[in-house]
Amino acid sequence: MAALEVRHLSLVRGDYEVLHDISLTVEPGETLGIIGPSGSGKSSLLRCLNRLEEPAPGTVFLYGEDITTLPVVALRRRVGMVFQQPAMFPGTVADNITYGPSLRGEALAPERVKALLDMVLLGPELAGRPAAELSGGQAQRVAIARALANEPDVLLLDEPTSSLDPIATRTVEETLAALRERLGLTLVWVSHAVEQARRVADRVLLLDGGRVVALDRAERLLDPQTGDERALAFAQGDSNGLHHEATNRARPGRPAVSAEET
Amino acid sequence: MLNDTFNTIDAALGNLTDLPRIGLALLLVILAAGISRWQRADLERDLAVAAARAFVQLIAIGYLLEVIFNQDNPLWTTALLAVMIGIAARTAGRRGRQTPAASRVALLSIGIGSVLTLAVLIVAGVFDYTPQAIIPIGGMIIGNAMTVAAQVMDRMAVDLHDQRALIESRLALGATSRQASHQQFRRALRNAMIPHIDTTKTTGLIKLPGAMTGMILAGASPLAAVQLQLIVMYMLVGAVTFTGLIAAYLTYRAFFTGAHQLKALAPSSGAAA
Repeated sequence: MAALEVRHLSLVRGDYEVLHDISLTVEPGETLGIIGPSGSGKSSLLRCLNRLEEPAPGTVFLYGEDITTLPVVALRRRVGMVFQQPAMFPGTVADNITYGPSLRGEALAPERVKALLDMVLLGPELAGRPAAELSGGQAQRVAIARALANEPDVLLLDEPTSSLDPIATRTVEETLAALRERLGLTLVWVSHAVEQARRVADRVLLLDGGRVVALDRAERLLDPQTGDERALAFAQGDSNGLHHEATNRARPGRPAVSAEET
Repeated sequence: MLNDTFNTIDAALGNLTDLPRIGLALLLVILAAGISRWQRADLERDLAVAAARAFVQLIAIGYLLEVIFNQDNPLWTTALLAVMIGIAARTAGRRGRQTPAASRVALLSIGIGSVLTLAVLIVAGVFDYTPQAIIPIGGMIIGNAMTVAAQVMDRMAVDLHDQRALIESRLALGATSRQASHQQFRRALRNAMIPHIDTTKTTGLIKLPGAMTGMILAGASPLAAVQLQLIVMYMLVGAVTFTGLIAAYLTYRAFFTGAHQLKALAPSSGAAA
């Protein structure tokens, strides 16, 4: 059974359709990458999966259960989320990591905090450090550990490295790769960088104008010779072929893709 | 019948015995306008409008109060309180309009906070339900409730907006909306209450409060004046706390959905109503 399944999900905000008829599945242990121009609905799609945005009933399923029928607090413990900017709570690193369990009156043992820090490749001495003093990369890894403390089935990642420098980006990627290995965690990873999606994802979804443009295995979708031309155009920083842009110029050797087709 | 009305107006105008003194005090406004012109502060028009409005509004309310005091009918007093609450709610609702359903939040918090405070004072026997007591006291309570409601709504809207990332991080970890916005709730309430607590602490040291100044000017003994002032200060602490708490609660409720989702700010161009 799919860890996550999205069936014909649309999302309207005001009179603007943010997402249009999205369908996809994410298998247990899989990493699904989501790419697309800014404003294409990547974050909105992710936020529907833990109900920070409200999906219509019968459109999002977690291990076969309609998520709108689950208690929302319980859902968010099972579907964790890491945001672009790691917002650290006041207090120490340990205070941050124990926050989720503390909400339901559970005290997390110090050994467990250290084990969680170890999972995100941070030393145990960090536990007592004020969270406000961390570097961006450390804070983002604490944010991941904080989400893991709830023992989620699925982790949603909303451009988790886009505010980080290349070295911190690499450590966060390595952290998440290690977690997949160790915990068999299912990841849905929105990325601003196609290269990153190619590195980390099993399958990649290209989203544009709130619609699924392409969804395939990362290496097939992004193969330089045989890959999806719209995905490749986007990878080259050329979103002219995408619905998102009003103009769409034809390029030599490649037919123009009209807005209507996408 | 018509003659009666004229006689009443004549009598009423005859009551404005202080017009010469008001005229002399107006000299200060004229002087201010002169300074504004000299310094090109460009406030002459505003000064004229302000002075004229203050005159018309206060004379009108004075007559209205005369009528209501003479009726000595609790229904009239109650009706006037309701009008005051309505105007205060409109004003506060407009200032806090980034809050979803701002008018409703303002009306409920000011209304409940004020009525609750008045009820405590009346039930405890501090004041009788007479227009002479309830209207000025109610005015002070409602005025302060209005300021506090607007401050709480405004501060919470700004904080919930600015700290969206922090709040959504908490929600995403399974916090309820109450747990996720606890800090913002607390800060908005403190922010609105602290000025009142500070005023209460320093009262008499820096300036004599309004009610007391009025009583002394009207010839009451300073000791009588301070005793009433103490009642007023304590009652305002109560009014501000009740209203602030209700406003903070309703504002937080207005900003979250039942599924613990944080709503966006209400569009500031939108009507307050």
